Amino acid sequence: MNPGAAPPRGGRFEPRVAARRRAGVRFKWLCRFAVAFAVASLLVLLVHILATGLPTLSPDFLVTFPSRFPDRAGIRSAILGSLWLLTLVAAMSFPLGVGAAVYLEEYAPRNRLTNLLQTNIANLAGVPSIVYGLLGLAVFVRFLSLERSLLAGAATLSLLVLPLVIIAAREAIRAVPDSLREAAYALGATRWQAIRHHVLPAALPGILSGTILALSRAGGETAPLLIIGALTFIAFDPVSVMDPFTVLPIQIFNWTADPREEFHALAAGAIVVLLGVLLLMNAAAILIRNRYER
Amino acid sequence: MSLRSRVVERVMGALFLGCGALSVLTTVGIVVVLATQSLGFFSDVSPLEFLAGARWSPDLAPRSFGILPLLNGTLLIAAGALLVALPVGLATAVYLSEYASRRTKRIVKPALEILAGIPTVVYGYFAVAFVTPILRAVFPAAGVFNAASAALVVGIMILPMVSSLSEDALSAVPRSLREAAYSLGATRFEVSTRIVVPAGLPGIAASFILAVSRAIAETMVVTLAAGATPRMTLDLLESVQTMTAYIVQASLGDAPSGTVEYRTLFAVGLFLFLITLALNLLSQRLIGRFREIHP
Repeated sequence: MNPGAAPPRGGRFEPRVAARRRAGVRFKWLCRFAVAFAVASLLVLLVHILATGLPTLSPDFLVTFPSRFPDRAGIRSAILGSLWLLTLVAAMSFPLGVGAAVYLEEYAPRNRLTNLLQTNIANLAGVPSIVYGLLGLAVFVRFLSLERSLLAGAATLSLLVLPLVIIAAREAIRAVPDSLREAAYALGATRWQAIRHHVLPAALPGILSGTILALSRAGGETAPLLIIGALTFIAFDPVSVMDPFTVLPIQIFNWTADPREEFHALAAGAIVVLLGVLLLMNAAAILIRNRYER
Repeated sequence: MSLRSRVVERVMGALFLGCGALSVLTTVGIVVVLATQSLGFFSDVSPLEFLAGARWSPDLAPRSFGILPLLNGTLLIAAGALLVALPVGLATAVYLSEYASRRTKRIVKPALEILAGIPTVVYGYFAVAFVTPILRAVFPAAGVFNAASAALVVGIMILPMVSSLSEDALSAVPRSLREAAYSLGATRFEVSTRIVVPAGLPGIAASFILAVSRAIAETMVVTLAAGATPRMTLDLLESVQTMTAYIVQASLGDAPSGTVEYRTLFAVGLFLFLITLALNLLSQRLIGRFREIHP
């Protein structure tokens, strides 16, 4: 090197390793802080809910009807309503969602119309849930005169979770190897026979776990049901799909919106039950997926 | 093929097509319902008053249907939520993708998934019963209903979405880019912030836009925690009303079909639908472009 030469433009390269390392350490701690914030939020939320809600949980709380008096109120009608609603949503969204997925994966030609159908489903998954509530209010409650019935609520929520079921079912069907279909065709099976006897059974675990996850979403939905008018005082067991109903999220909303502190504790108790149910559903979905995958 | 199986083939094909068509029907239903009711609304209220009016008083005389206070409430809470969710979500994504050990990931990722799976009404309860009392103890000026509590909790709620989508984007950045930078002597910090984040930017931007859309569409937290006072304000300690909270409040009143009250619901709904649709489409385009760059 020629010591007399001018340094390169912009000054000599200074590695400044120590300073850069320090900046790196500071950044790492910043990121760690962010992760800690996220995890801590979850912990605080769960601990607060458990600490407030667990003391209100009792067998009585589960089997008595709601009441104006906090010490006598329970979630019987909410639990029954949620069970009815989820059963109906499953009965509607499962066949429709799987049917649409089968069409898209097995029947649909590759053309612009099919493309449009796919884009449409992706967009439906992003529509705010409250908008589904408005759709349900105008179509099911008013136009079809289903009033504030279980049927109207289930139909609304079915439309809401349908895109999720379709997307999950398509993934499961797509994962079935083509060799299975071709083997069936080679033996003279028709398209429907190949689907019915080979594709669907092979895809079933994936479809089921996706559907359960979609149902757990439906089980926690509040806004669309509020819009269709499900915020009513229910002190009887529903016996038909035309009965008015309440569900756990609605009961939680109702008690949380009450200014009296005692009702907040009841809301926390109902939340513990709701989260317990949703957790079980999610666990079932994961179990099915892990057990039957491959 | 026997006649019977040929018939069955036809029928099943048609049934499946019908199921697929139902999703189109849903979209058509949403658009038709929102549009027809809104048309009725706009025959009573001028679109100019709706879009530019600064007073929202649909029930009390003199009635006034300016949506700006609702938009103000929506954007105020969304902005507050994004202030929490975007930096924390992105930093979490960077940490998970560039720094975290397998063990840390095994703990943090399920925690984020649980956060993402908690129903919104539970977040609403959390805002009312836990966050608001603390906020009021720290800021005595804060009301029982205030925008800050809702904004903070909505931020926590959309954080998992930001972090998981951003992490997907960062993980999709090819390893070769990182290794090239390391071989030139860059530190991990420099690789993360100057190589990986810029390369993942379209995906990160897509996750940010989706977060905006989610924050605007969020209903239960804002209804429970932010109150029902349509107001032009930037003060997070005051009660505000968002578009979604208005829709809930008004629908609880059980307005009969054909009345202005009923139609107002759908006009606000249409506005909300169009905003979120535009944001979702934008986000999808960004993700599409990102997939082209890093397939």
